[in-house]
Amino acid sequence: MGVEVISVSVDSQFVHKVWNDKELSKMAGKDIPFHMASDGPGNVGKVYGVYDEAAGVELRGRFLIDPDGVIQAMEVMTPPVGRNMDETIRQLQAFQHVRTTKGAEVCPAGWTPGKKILKPGPALVANVWKEWNPHKDH
Amino acid sequence: MAEKPVGCARPTGAMVGNTAPTQPEKTIPKELPMITAKVGAKAPDFEAPAYYKGDFTAVKLSDYLGKWVLLCFYPGDFTFV
Repeated sequence: MGVEVISVSVDSQFVHKVWNDKELSKMAGKDIPFHMASDGPGNVGKVYGVYDEAAGVELRGRFLIDPDGVIQAMEVMTPPVGRNMDETIRQLQAFQHVRTTKGAEVCPAGWTPGKKILKPGPALVANVWKEWNPHKDH
Repeated sequence: MAEKPVGCARPTGAMVGNTAPTQPEKTIPKELPMITAKVGAKAPDFEAPAYYKGDFTAVKLSDYLGKWVLLCFYPGDFTFV
């Protein structure tokens, strides 16, 4: 997949260990393979705009950062609903495709690998409707 | 087990790939820091204590330059969702 994961919560690294050992490793069938960071005071969450001051916890913030350190996508949710990893992976693959082609190819709505890409340029202006059909290519 | 002390998690005060201020401790305000994460802009760099494959270590975002990174915040360990 070509992506490194870092998870962050206000729990200590010691609690992360116990969570990995007692629960997550049983769900996943193996140890968590990425860094589980501890942001006790919420300092990191604050600069990312995901720290809930009243509750003292971090919201479900997800940031996709490219190899230059630029944030390409973000999603922030309140706690009671979980994320959709398929959508995160779809966005990652799409941004990786755009980067590989240095922006010569872009990914329309709902794009997944193998689906139709678009090549921006003068010839495409007002002609997207010929190239990309929301019913067929979505 | 070697523990790598980093103290509390803290933003370095720089964006990823940019040089941190020479005295980051003094430039980080005590009050609520400004939200600096924006789509299309460099990510705020930070360093934090971490648990990784059996070890207590540290993680620094700028060490990941050159790689794609998925940075995920969540409310807490042992929560239900």
